[in-house]
Amino acid sequence: MIQSLLAVALTGVSAFAVAVYPRSVLVFLLFQGSILFAYRARIPDWLRWSLLAAALLVLMPAIGYYNGYYLEVATQVGIFVALALGLNIVVGLAGLLDLGYVAFFAVGAYSWAIVGSPHANVIFGGESFPLAGGWFYLFLLVGLGVAALTGVLLGLPVLRLHGDYLAVVTLGFGEVIRVLANNLDKPINFTNGPKGITPISRPPTPLGLPYGEYFYFLALLIVIVVVLVNRRLENSHIGRAWEAIREDELAARAMGVPLVRMKLMAFACGASFAGIMGVLFSAKQIFINPESFTFLESIGVLAMVILGGMGSIPGAILGATVVTVLNLQVLKGFSLWLNELKNAGVTVLGYSLADLPTQFEPAKYERMVFGIILVLMMIYRPQGIFPARRRQREMTQ
Amino acid sequence: MDVALLIGIFPQVLLDGIILGFMYALIALGYTMVYGVLEFINFAHSEIFIVGAFVGVEVMLGLKSAGLLDGLPWPVVLVLVLVAGMAGSGLLAVTVERVAYRPLRNAPRLIPLISAIGISFFLQDMIRLFESLWRNAFNLVYPTLDALNLRFELTETLDVSVKSLVVIGGALGMLWALHMIVNRTKVGTAIRAVAEDQAAASLMGIDVNRIISLTFLIGGAMGGAAGVLFGVQYGLINPYSGFIPGLKAFTAAVLGGIGNIPGAMVGGLVLGLLEAFAASYLSLLTGGAFGAEYKDILAFSILILILIFRPKGLLGEVVRERA
Repeated sequence: MIQSLLAVALTGVSAFAVAVYPRSVLVFLLFQGSILFAYRARIPDWLRWSLLAAALLVLMPAIGYYNGYYLEVATQVGIFVALALGLNIVVGLAGLLDLGYVAFFAVGAYSWAIVGSPHANVIFGGESFPLAGGWFYLFLLVGLGVAALTGVLLGLPVLRLHGDYLAVVTLGFGEVIRVLANNLDKPINFTNGPKGITPISRPPTPLGLPYGEYFYFLALLIVIVVVLVNRRLENSHIGRAWEAIREDELAARAMGVPLVRMKLMAFACGASFAGIMGVLFSAKQIFINPESFTFLESIGVLAMVILGGMGSIPGAILGATVVTVLNLQVLKGFSLWLNELKNAGVTVLGYSLADLPTQFEPAKYERMVFGIILVLMMIYRPQGIFPARRRQREMTQ
Repeated sequence: MDVALLIGIFPQVLLDGIILGFMYALIALGYTMVYGVLEFINFAHSEIFIVGAFVGVEVMLGLKSAGLLDGLPWPVVLVLVLVAGMAGSGLLAVTVERVAYRPLRNAPRLIPLISAIGISFFLQDMIRLFESLWRNAFNLVYPTLDALNLRFELTETLDVSVKSLVVIGGALGMLWALHMIVNRTKVGTAIRAVAEDQAAASLMGIDVNRIISLTFLIGGAMGGAAGVLFGVQYGLINPYSGFIPGLKAFTAAVLGGIGNIPGAMVGGLVLGLLEAFAASYLSLLTGGAFGAEYKDILAFSILILILIFRPKGLLGEVVRERA
């Protein structure tokens, strides 16, 4: 009862606070915290879900109306939640460490970027491109399919590999895709090389929604679908087969788990989520180039999965949110705050902050964030913040 | 196609390939020694390598500001820088093992690998943080020594600089020293014993933890030396420039047969030569359709193909695969 009141009060107060201080990062973090609290608190289910729905469907767009940047952050969180859930299938459930995951995201993004921009005329000739914005919806599925196919193509040769060898091969694969995207501007100009592709068309929005809100809702919708698919998969015979493979491949095979089919399916499922988000990402950004699809991004998604807990759906969601918010808001916010202090001529312990070297920019240290997360989690809590339920049961037995 | 040109540049490309190959070989030793002992890919080795380059450049810049850089004879400077780089990288490697790998030694195999990836990223930004605060710049340039840049013209199309000879000589010296340590000393015998069977080695009175630390020290020091030579040869370094050479060196180690010390040298040389030829000839042979950057694709494809089809590498040490 107390928790119910607390959850309602926290959500209400934090939303109100955001309306009063629309520019404060701390207040926005409080709002995010209230969503997490509503999810974790011991309250009746109907209250939990209505609070979450109110926060995500009503309050968040309303906040975005005051400060579009928050909506941008929320959309980015949505994109990374889907990526983390996809990688969670490959790494968390099937136990196949994939270090080149962002390649599938890239495949999805380029599949819409090429035909959704005038660039396709360079490849195919004629004047028929860009395709009209309405094709975007079809390409959400095309991106999904192409990425899944790429997943199978990667999966086929690496079926025999385990553990760290598999990790290194997927890393090599990711690098190959990036170098290809960088260099396929000749002999035939597919990707326009490092210059990237722009402008990428966007679909017409229904009900005259602004694009910020539109992409937020679309990302949210895809995330909900992805979560539902994930939950169904986890408790199906497929999910159990994946976990059997993760725990002991030999025993799984002896029990009649079709290894080849299940591994390929894990790669394809994981890749497809990245593919569909890639399409959304390219339309949202209007411009893409290979810089968005580096090894750093793959490791970022891995850090999200590991932070939340491998194999755990709420874990992947929490991990993606925390890491994205850390990168986009906390580090940047700290940078801005430091600059303000510098300009105000503040001194700390007799050291004038204005003397700080100009190259010291806290916003640039996302690798350090990823690195610290990975190392600390591996040493102190390898099961993650929200361990997978099945694993938790195993631990307590 | 200009055949005369293709033949003309051949000796120069060969020389570049050999230099690159020795560089890869030196870095690959760190991967291969650790893998031989722990069956674990030390992902952070690429950063241990580049830390050597940064220690080296700091020592050189320090000497320069003290006015000693041109005062001392260049071999002394070079030895000083090499020793400093090796010490820095070696100690860093030991620390990393102690902090991030040792607590995880009995964990499932992927756990230390993920920890190593984390360390790799962490170190990249630590270097950046340190250099930003210390010098307000993290793209650093090695000070040039005139004596090192002296070039000899061997033929019309081939000239070789002193620093290239230094790189080749230094790499050969390191490889010889390592060979002697591993095969002719008591410590080397202990390292090989631990690689063979940790439990049995510890029953024979070998302190396994000490030997593992020592392996990291030696491998790290080789990486540090490679870092200094890399800086001397190519000049420009930044905190992220260790990653790709590190991955290539790992490819070299796998190519030669990971865990196998002569294999790392052979793999390094083969990969260096392949890359040098790909970089120079691909765009000439295909009329510019495929640029020099495809050398990376070549290297990574070799990595993928070797791991899939011949995981024991060219020289074929049998590798047990723990799932």
